[in-house]
Amino acid sequence: MSKYKAVIGLEMHCEFKSNSKVFSSAKNSYNEIPNDNIAGVDMAFPGTLPVVNEKCIKDALMMSIVLHCKQPEFMYFDRKNYYYPDLPKGYQITQMTEPVGRDGYVEMECNGEKKKVFIHDIHLEEDAASLDHYYDTSCIDYNRAGVPLVELVTEPCLHTAEEAVTFLETMRSIYKYCDVSEADTKKGQIRCDVNISIMDENAIEFGTRVEVKNVNSFGGVRDAINYEIKRQSELKDAGRYHEVEQETRRWDEEAGKTIRMRSKVDAIDYKYFVDPNLPKFKIAASWLEEIKQEIPLLALERKEKYISEYGLSEYDAGVIVKEREYAEYFEECLKVGIDAKTACNWLTTQILGQINEKEITLKEFYLTPNLLKQIIDEIKKGTISSKQAKEVFYKSIEEKKEPKTFISNDMTQISDQVVLEEIITTILNENKNQVQEYKNGKDNLFDYFVGQVMKNTRGKANPVLTKEILKEKLES
Amino acid sequence: MDKTIEELHELLTNNFVTSKELVEEALKKSYEVNKKYNAFVTILDEAKETPVSENLLSGIPFGIKDNYSTKDILSTGSSNTLKNYVPFFNATAVEKLLNVGAIPVNKTVLDEFGMGGTGTTGHTGVVKNPWDSTRMTAGSSAGSACAVAAGVYPYALGSDTGDSIRKPAAYCGIVGYKPTYGMVSRFGLFPFASSLDTCGVLTRSVKDAAIVIDNMKGLDKLDMTSWDSSHIHLYQSIDGKVENKKLCYIKELCSIENYENPTEELKMHLENFKEKIKLCEKLGMKVEEISIDQKLLDALPSVYVAISCAEATSNMSNLTGIIFGPRGEGKNVTEMMMDHRTKGFSPLIKRRFVIGSYILQKENQERYLKNAQRVRRLLVDTWKNLFKTYDAIILPVGSGPAKHLDASKDLLTKDTKVLEEHLQIGNFGGFPSITIPDGFINDLPVALNITGNCYDDENVLNIAYALESAMPYKNQIAKEISHE
Repeated sequence: MSKYKAVIGLEMHCEFKSNSKVFSSAKNSYNEIPNDNIAGVDMAFPGTLPVVNEKCIKDALMMSIVLHCKQPEFMYFDRKNYYYPDLPKGYQITQMTEPVGRDGYVEMECNGEKKKVFIHDIHLEEDAASLDHYYDTSCIDYNRAGVPLVELVTEPCLHTAEEAVTFLETMRSIYKYCDVSEADTKKGQIRCDVNISIMDENAIEFGTRVEVKNVNSFGGVRDAINYEIKRQSELKDAGRYHEVEQETRRWDEEAGKTIRMRSKVDAIDYKYFVDPNLPKFKIAASWLEEIKQEIPLLALERKEKYISEYGLSEYDAGVIVKEREYAEYFEECLKVGIDAKTACNWLTTQILGQINEKEITLKEFYLTPNLLKQIIDEIKKGTISSKQAKEVFYKSIEEKKEPKTFISNDMTQISDQVVLEEIITTILNENKNQVQEYKNGKDNLFDYFVGQVMKNTRGKANPVLTKEILKEKLES
Repeated sequence: MDKTIEELHELLTNNFVTSKELVEEALKKSYEVNKKYNAFVTILDEAKETPVSENLLSGIPFGIKDNYSTKDILSTGSSNTLKNYVPFFNATAVEKLLNVGAIPVNKTVLDEFGMGGTGTTGHTGVVKNPWDSTRMTAGSSAGSACAVAAGVYPYALGSDTGDSIRKPAAYCGIVGYKPTYGMVSRFGLFPFASSLDTCGVLTRSVKDAAIVIDNMKGLDKLDMTSWDSSHIHLYQSIDGKVENKKLCYIKELCSIENYENPTEELKMHLENFKEKIKLCEKLGMKVEEISIDQKLLDALPSVYVAISCAEATSNMSNLTGIIFGPRGEGKNVTEMMMDHRTKGFSPLIKRRFVIGSYILQKENQERYLKNAQRVRRLLVDTWKNLFKTYDAIILPVGSGPAKHLDASKDLLTKDTKVLEEHLQIGNFGGFPSITIPDGFINDLPVALNITGNCYDDENVLNIAYALESAMPYKNQIAKEISHE
């Protein structure tokens, strides 16, 4: 560990969900076929104009509210001007004058401790096209051009790689809970820029800030931060801290190090100005109120509730709130009348085990809380044992048939008094010698009779009832 | 084709002429006019007649400025950067006209991307004035003004960012109408300065202008700055009743005493304007002279340069030759873009891009762009204030008739810069503004302009119509003067 204190700020870009792109009517969906989800404006054909997608604004506002930010009175969009082949218009539509949110915070839990991360701003913009470079050619895929992108900028208030990654995970969870993004790093939906500096433990002034651009995985963020802390600390130890320059670097995942791109002195002037094609409009207070109503209970809030109200353990509650669909499944179980601890046990062991093994989502999982209840009810009634319950569970998801189909046939215990009495009478008649011995005081023969009944019924006889009838008959 | 839209419609419905004959005549005239004045980028030989319906525009040919996107038809913006560009979609305004059976017969030359006021900077060469081919048409809607004045068809589409419809209309002796900003969708119009760009029309009569814009306007979900004007009926609302309407003109622009060493042309132009003021009064309108701070007026041209150049440099950043337009050459993509833009743009545009980039630089924005926006606001507020008292503002257009293509032949008066450029206020405020011919100086047409408050297009057109009806210049066709 470094003896210096690291100061870290994050810029987190996340692609948002929507039917069409943020300023175009083209589809916003992951598409393997290049240049399939495109409209004229995505390729900046002359005369095409951006038209803002209301859903994207709404989602961005929702995040602004969730992050306790101040929302602007008017919605503006600005142009960020620069030439690059992935930017067909020659400018990116973003928010500079009035971001959708400013000066907020989010609470996260890192190593069991709660911490507030302060948000500088959150804004809505459009993604650029993606480029593929080959030996002597480059290909441009405009599918991604115009996809809604929400950029979140934190204050420099994080101090370790672990905090940074926890923050990113917290944000990913929030995005997924609010259903505004799939937030899938594997699809390149989350990309980060990391700002890192180091300083003496008690110093007041920040050190020289280095920006690491385009880190595309949480692991990458962790490694890049640790690499930079080490690099800067070593220079500082060696009395060469002046060599740490205010610069932009990039993270080379394969080499596992950051590589210098350019000095901040050569920073690009993006010549921001308000886009005249997107007239400013007032954000109605009533609209904000409506959006507020739609914000679901988030992971941390649910976790606290599960612990305090349902008596779940910290660990179990943590597992269940990891994904919104787990939490919703759990809550649906309670709604259909399964008790919390039973629901929690089934969910965290059998069910999560199954969906992880099959690599499916809980939505795709056959056994809904309602169907699960069929099994649990039978256990309660005593008609099936817990071992049998597991068998029913697997059969049901295997054959995609309701659990009760397997319970009503050959799995059910024989609990019918008349049927059992008949079987037992037959057995006692066939074992007259043993009956006599028992009556003479050989008590341990009782288990022998039970065993015979079980053998005869292939284990399906209700054990409690069997014992009752046996006792009655043998003692009469 | 020297008739008004109403007359042509009448002839078509009574079968005195067919749509086919009109198209043939318009095409024939197009070739003649192109040969003489170089007004067109493309002549659409394939143009076909359409069935005549109740719509006044059905079956009648028209022209489209070449900065409107036209599906499957070359659309160049009169620029080498798009010299081979064939769009896959129609501008909304064009689409609307096609839907009612209007027939495009040519694409007209403009100053490259509308950036210019001379009609001399298009990639196909200089457009000449049909009244005098040694003079300019002004621009940027040069070819459209030339063709309408020469009688190729009754109307042609234009676009107006500073005065690009209204100035060439004046120089060519016809009507040029720029509606309120956003009344006609800009979708498919190649952008110059998005906060100022307005689609409009050049015609030979006020009623024709009303008919055409009635058919072009409307809320468009593809243009967020468009608005619903379904309650506005320009053509129907024209009744010529202008009694007790209040007009004003600006002393600083209209008084000859305000100019040092005025030319004869300027004297005659302003004298003629004064006569037209009297005509207004004769028609029952009240006209007052008002005064505006000269300093504010003097700021006008620089405000226009700052805002229009800043927006233009950003708007035209899509012209890289990568997706459309001729590919540039180079070792890498940056070199290819540079090559395309270096070869493609005329020096005038490059100069404006440099100004625009300079103004947009972080360290210059406050001083140039923000200040320009503040003065724009001040000017617009001043005008809006006037509209509280007056129905419209009436002013002369330019300092006289069309200027010579050879600039050395023009005698110039000092201090006419604001008089030449005051129409830009119409774009700053998005005001409806119309230019109509109001007389002749040495056999060349001159014009006046009427500008009203936003959304008050009906009123502006009605005043223009009343004045037009009281003057003998309605539907005039250019008569070329001889230099022998």
